[in-house]
Amino acid sequence: MKKIQIFGLVIVAVAIGIIVSTAGDASTYVDFSKAQEMASNGDDESIHVVGKLKKNAAGQILEMDYQPQVDPNYFSFTLIDNNNVAQKVVYKSTKPQDFDKSEQVVVIGKMQNGTFAAEKILMKCPSKYENGKLETTEATASKS
Amino acid sequence: MIHTTIGSAGHLLVIIAFVSALVATFAYFKAGMANTPIDDLSAWKRFARASYVVHTAAVLGVVFSLYWIIGNHYFEYHYAWKNSSLSLPTGYTISSFWQDQEGSFLLWIFWNVVLGSVLIFTNRSWEAPVMTIFALVQAFLTSMILGVVIPGLDLKIGSTPFLLLKEVMPDIPVFKMDPNFIAKDGNGLNPLLQNYWMVIHPPTLFLGFASTLIPFSFAIAGLWTRKIQEWIRPALPWALFSALILGVGVLMGAYWAYETLNFGSYWNWDPVENSSFVPWLVLVAAIHTMIIARKNATALKTSFILTITTFILVLYSTFMTRSGVLGNASVHSFTDLGLSGQLLIYLLTFVIVAIGLLIYRWKSLPSDDEEVSTYSQEFWIFIGATLLCLSAFQIIATTSIPVYNKIAESFGTVLNMALPADQVAHYNKFQLWFFSLIIVLTGIGQYFWWKKTGKGKLQTLYNPLLIALLISAAVITYQGVKDIQYIVLLTTSIFAVVANGNILLNIIRGNYNLSGGAVTHIGVALMLIGVLFSSAYTKVVSINNSGLMISRSEEFTNNDNKENKENITLWLNKPEKMGDYGLTWRDVRIEPRHIPGYIPKSWVDIIENDYHAVALRDIVVNDKKYNSKGDTIEIFPENFYYEIEYREPSGRVFNLFPRVQINPKMGGIVSSPDINRKLDKDLYTYVSMVTNPTAEPVWSQTENFTVSMSDTFFVNDYVAVLDNVVRTDSVEGVSLGAGDAAVKAIIRVLDNEHEFVITPSFVIRDRMVARKPEVNNDLGLRIQFQEINPQTGQFSFAVNTTQRDFIVMKATEKPLINILWLGTFVLVIGFVLATIRRFKDFIKMRDKENAALNKGKIKQSPQTV
Repeated sequence: MKKIQIFGLVIVAVAIGIIVSTAGDASTYVDFSKAQEMASNGDDESIHVVGKLKKNAAGQILEMDYQPQVDPNYFSFTLIDNNNVAQKVVYKSTKPQDFDKSEQVVVIGKMQNGTFAAEKILMKCPSKYENGKLETTEATASKS
Repeated sequence: MIHTTIGSAGHLLVIIAFVSALVATFAYFKAGMANTPIDDLSAWKRFARASYVVHTAAVLGVVFSLYWIIGNHYFEYHYAWKNSSLSLPTGYTISSFWQDQEGSFLLWIFWNVVLGSVLIFTNRSWEAPVMTIFALVQAFLTSMILGVVIPGLDLKIGSTPFLLLKEVMPDIPVFKMDPNFIAKDGNGLNPLLQNYWMVIHPPTLFLGFASTLIPFSFAIAGLWTRKIQEWIRPALPWALFSALILGVGVLMGAYWAYETLNFGSYWNWDPVENSSFVPWLVLVAAIHTMIIARKNATALKTSFILTITTFILVLYSTFMTRSGVLGNASVHSFTDLGLSGQLLIYLLTFVIVAIGLLIYRWKSLPSDDEEVSTYSQEFWIFIGATLLCLSAFQIIATTSIPVYNKIAESFGTVLNMALPADQVAHYNKFQLWFFSLIIVLTGIGQYFWWKKTGKGKLQTLYNPLLIALLISAAVITYQGVKDIQYIVLLTTSIFAVVANGNILLNIIRGNYNLSGGAVTHIGVALMLIGVLFSSAYTKVVSINNSGLMISRSEEFTNNDNKENKENITLWLNKPEKMGDYGLTWRDVRIEPRHIPGYIPKSWVDIIENDYHAVALRDIVVNDKKYNSKGDTIEIFPENFYYEIEYREPSGRVFNLFPRVQINPKMGGIVSSPDINRKLDKDLYTYVSMVTNPTAEPVWSQTENFTVSMSDTFFVNDYVAVLDNVVRTDSVEGVSLGAGDAAVKAIIRVLDNEHEFVITPSFVIRDRMVARKPEVNNDLGLRIQFQEINPQTGQFSFAVNTTQRDFIVMKATEKPLINILWLGTFVLVIGFVLATIRRFKDFIKMRDKENAALNKGKIKQSPQTV
């Protein structure tokens, strides 16, 4: 076998390894029921859940708690997923800027003891100037 | 008055630019075809060149028109209204130009026009085939800003920046009342982009993107005209130039992110960052194979593939960031303008043309007769290029996850795949090893390249290896590097510095022109070392270790949550301990336009919705008086700086001014860090939450206290003591005449560590009572002197309380980050050296060929006579 062929085989092997590993590391979009199910099965992979904030008729956000004067690293709110399941989410970092304006929220994390522990929050804020178009912002509970 | 002329002119010029690009494509194509009759060739060429000149003029006209609209604040235009404002300083109106998609396409088109013109003048022999590709790309790019609706088909081609506000938003009520309504002011530029890096980063990046077209065009031209080998020489200097500019552009973006965004890092593995980094990696791989392509046929074939791939990756990256396919996966992708279809056609056209042509010509490409030796330079360079490509492949494979979802969707299935939850860990897992290998190969490759090592003399590599191991051992011990993967990366990087440094010392004595490769490699190795320490060994300094503020005991005891206490709350003028530092938030400052530094906000009264403020006192900075009380000064109305005093254990005090930008029109707060730079580390501080500095305080209900002298009372949980009531001759803001009287109370308020004195006054003026309250922001108190009761000797005070001002901040230390920046400078110098060298080679060869050609003509002419 020629060197170049061995070389090619090695590259193909590495490439396949990359693809397999990417597929393994990739997260998924699920709803809260599924997230709960995964947690009870002992699957502690971080997943994405898309939802909306719980609001009253006047559009005020309900069940949102952030008291920086007490603890700047504790922020909790209630998110309603696309199947209308409400879930308390705890984000152990500062409340993301623009959070109040967000139309849609994506939380990344996992269920822990009945609450959803978010590692990262993505927000879609309605852009004031372009109707129907959304802008995305991102916040991460950094782990440095 | 609505200035319609300039917009119509701009729109017309876009159409002219588009049509002339198509004409130039066709004419250059004809001029490049072998079967065009010789007599027609020069006619086609002249016609093509004329069309390209028209195209160039039209593009310059479009750029001018759009800039005219923004620069003159014609807010009747949507683009100017959306992206700029009256208060924007001139430098930043330039960045308004490319803030939106249309403008950034225009920037790209502009660079292509410039590069195309340079090519026409410097490289006549390749003009026709190369410019065919150029003109075709220009046709596609100008079509993106065409903004033409084909009637009957309801098909929109492109999106023009020359739309009036009322054409974009005809339904907003104001146009029903007044069709000629013109907005008084624009929305302004996103505050994050009001930064000098944002003035130079996008043009640099787009020049980098634009210049990848040159090596691509030469590769295609080489295939087309069967100059299978010859295209390398003119393409190589441009490939180096492109890698230099694109690299600098990416790094500028990284530096901007570090300085301006509060991610706390220079690299975030964001899809948009990745999609500009991946083409760069492949381009660097292409440069390496191009260098050896003349000796090795496999390398030549690979050069074709990689040069084409680079350009296609640039198109793919454009598609990803602008089609909306990234959706919520990225922070800074553009919103969808409905151009996805057009972008896809653009991408697929070049994929099909390039790959089709390559397959068509594949058989006529040369191949190697014998196998390449393991001891040859080609072998090692080839391995290096392969690793660069694998690294690029890994990044793009993950970054494309949102694309897989879209593809699955178009086949009717739902994939629901999401980017890895911990992206940084995911990418690092691969890239750390790839780059450890790549950086070792830079050293070994250079040794083989300069024939310092080879079959039978591998021992020459022992010296650098030994030195590298010794240095690494010292660094590892001194810095306390423990994780195996970091030890590997550090050792390999140090080996690369030593090996390339040794080569550099040898060649620099001969001809420094040839040192580009070694210098660039040293730069990359230094960058890796800098990245390693500043990222892996970032230390959070603002860990809340006071234990006072944490109320939730279960979390407090949970050790895992260490990372979740990284932000601390600071109250105005109340010192806190943070790591080794004593920390106090001192003041809020604003940024005046013509005065150095920042001045306290309390010195001025900011005029709402304007960029002026009225001075409440004389403005004296560094012993120089700039303005008197009552003057109106210009300020940056969105910028607030939070003065944070750091006291080091040694007693040295320094201040940092992290910034918070408040733009009510954009909505929300945007914070940027301030960095204390030391030689061995950066102290990086940013504020993540503030009480709104522009909002009026909300006062609680009035509480009345009636006390005697020296009585103690409780206000807002503080102990207060009425020390004295004294007569006073001056009360600020009140002029006292004869017969008027004023007294002030001296109230001492005791905080944990501090004592504050509050002195509200009570004035009898023209037989009327005036009460001048005093506000203390540190305590969130307002005390008003209500009444004096001469019979009982008691005094009444009205007290209101408010939320005390606080900020939430985070501070991290980034060790050895300066090695990263040093590495980038070395990298840039190396690329510049290499680029100059290859340009010289090209010019020498070109002139030789031209001379030979002219000689040939002179020789021929007597015969033909």
